[in-house]
Amino acid sequence: MMAGFDDALGVIGLSAGYGGRTIVHPLDLAPVTPGQVVSLIGPNAAGKTTLLRALAGLHPAQGSVRLGNRDLLRLPLADHARFVTYMPQSLPQRVALTVLETVVSALRASPVDGAIGSDQAILVRAMEVIERVGIGALAMTGLDHLSGGQRQLASLAQALARRPRILLLDEPISALDLHYQLRVMKLVRELAAERGMIALMVLHDLSIAARWSDRILVFAEGRLVADGPPAQAITPDILASVYRVAADISGPPDRLHIDLRDILDD
Amino acid sequence: MMQRRLQLLLLIGLLCGLAFALDISTGPSSLPLRDVWAGLFDPSALSDAQVTIIRQVRLPYALMAILVGAALSLAGAEMQTILNNPLASPFTLGVSSAASFGAALAIVMGLSLPFVSADWMVPVNAFLCAFASVLLLEALARSRAAGVEGVVLFGIALVFTFNALVALIQFIASQEALSQLVFWSMGSLGRATWTNLIVLALVIAAVTPFSLRAGHAMTALRLGEDRARSFGIDVQRLRFFSLLRISALAATSVAFVGTIGFIGLVGPHIARLLLGEDHRFLLPAAMLTGALIMSLASVASKLLVPGTLLPVGIVTSMIGVPVFLALILRRPERA
Ligand SMILES: Nc1ncnc2c1ncn2[C@@H]1O[C@H](COP(=O)(O)OP(=O)(O)OP(=O)(O)O)[C@@H](O)[C@H]1O
Ligand SMILES: [Mg+2]
Repeated sequence: MMAGFDDALGVIGLSAGYGGRTIVHPLDLAPVTPGQVVSLIGPNAAGKTTLLRALAGLHPAQGSVRLGNRDLLRLPLADHARFVTYMPQSLPQRVALTVLETVVSALRASPVDGAIGSDQAILVRAMEVIERVGIGALAMTGLDHLSGGQRQLASLAQALARRPRILLLDEPISALDLHYQLRVMKLVRELAAERGMIALMVLHDLSIAARWSDRILVFAEGRLVADGPPAQAITPDILASVYRVAADISGPPDRLHIDLRDILDD
Repeated sequence: MMQRRLQLLLLIGLLCGLAFALDISTGPSSLPLRDVWAGLFDPSALSDAQVTIIRQVRLPYALMAILVGAALSLAGAEMQTILNNPLASPFTLGVSSAASFGAALAIVMGLSLPFVSADWMVPVNAFLCAFASVLLLEALARSRAAGVEGVVLFGIALVFTFNALVALIQFIASQEALSQLVFWSMGSLGRATWTNLIVLALVIAAVTPFSLRAGHAMTALRLGEDRARSFGIDVQRLRFFSLLRISALAATSVAFVGTIGFIGLVGPHIARLLLGEDHRFLLPAAMLTGALIMSLASVASKLLVPGTLLPVGIVTSMIGVPVFLALILRRPERA
């Protein structure tokens, strides 16, 4: 079920803020085509989470977000949720639910793509995702008994289970060890290729972003500073201006090696 | 997993039945459980006096205990989820106090409303005040500025405000109105009538299916508001209708038995410890544990001081406070 090109994600004049303060300045994005994996990078407080929440329809925003010819921000919540799923930066504490229960509740919350009817079918689909994320053995474990990384994987499983057309992940690998960092990035790529899913994720690890993304958006102070393939978007100049670090970048375009030399003080 | 939970539900249900029978059997003249059974299902085996005691006196009390326990506990369970606060309950956040205030106003001022008969003015006004307080809590919960602690603090402020207002009304009230008011602030099953029972049963019957239907959405809400909304749940709508149910349950209960504390807090917590937070199980389990505790409290209210029937609200508070402290002090478990 590959979606056609007209199901690209387009962002036109999207802006958002808190109270009177604009955090995301009007943003236009060249269309993101189905199957593309895009990473959003930028310093703390750049507005990445705010942008992702605005795209997810969770934060009031001006402008429009289009999937094909649908205006996503004008869709009713349940319709919107068929197309877009957002994985927040964290899971709440003190929740007496098992991993499996949380994934099932994600599937039951509202209709999802690939209609699933019976309890049995929902369980099967939930287990499938949990296995794929690599925490099959933890399915019956309570959320409160998981380690930080395991919680993040459970959180990812909830989002993936809904099989959205657009998957928005806010720092999905920040708590993961090397094995699972790689595993999650590979999984996101696979799903993008399999289903023509668009993945947009916030990452802080630039090497991983460069290695696994088709396209990088560099965001600073609420504005897009660079947008393009990894080798174009991640350059010493951009790192210097955005992160105030001095870095050497070497290696082939899909295997960028970033060597951080020092911080730049102004 | 599923099986174990159904079995647990059944077990709590059975315990409820037992407590209910025990509740009927205790009193000034204690009746063996065998006679309670006969009194309910085979009256020809007993004397008329015994049948009257069982059916006219003790049965309404015992039923009221079950219904009020279930209603308050369900209200507490929903409230804890939608306000995302383990300390939320109709009692701790001032909804019961608001209902008492509404009732006090109606009793003392002799308020009247169009389309509401005088008999019903007290419970209706209790309901309106309870609902207003719930809406206030809702507005506060929604404004991000207040935060979770803010809602609890505001709720506590409501408790004190309404209690002060009730005290004020008591101060200026006539002798006759005063005795009615005292009934409210103590909480007692003593005024259970069949009409009250039927109304409360109807409210519970009307509300429960909607609560259960919202079960999946509430389970998802436990994962955080952003996540729930991203899963397609209209959280505001969920909150609003849940608050409507909470005020119907809490206000009706309070309208008939006065202020009964801690059931709405302790019932859901015990249910959560036993069955987890899949709300399809949690909500019915909370109803059953609430009913069970209330029924046991009713038994205790007859036995604690021999020969005296204590207001049941006093007993639930006496049981509730230590349990409440235990819940607050319980460290989060880590595996
Ligand atoms: N609820 C809020 N109310 C007011 N201002 C906020 C709120 N949330 C975030 N902000 C502000 O918006 C700006 C952007 O925050 P945002 O969370 O989008 O940053 P971010 O790029 O995701 O940062 P990080 O990498 O640290 O997660 C910050 O200056 C922050 O102070
Ligand atoms: Mg962020």
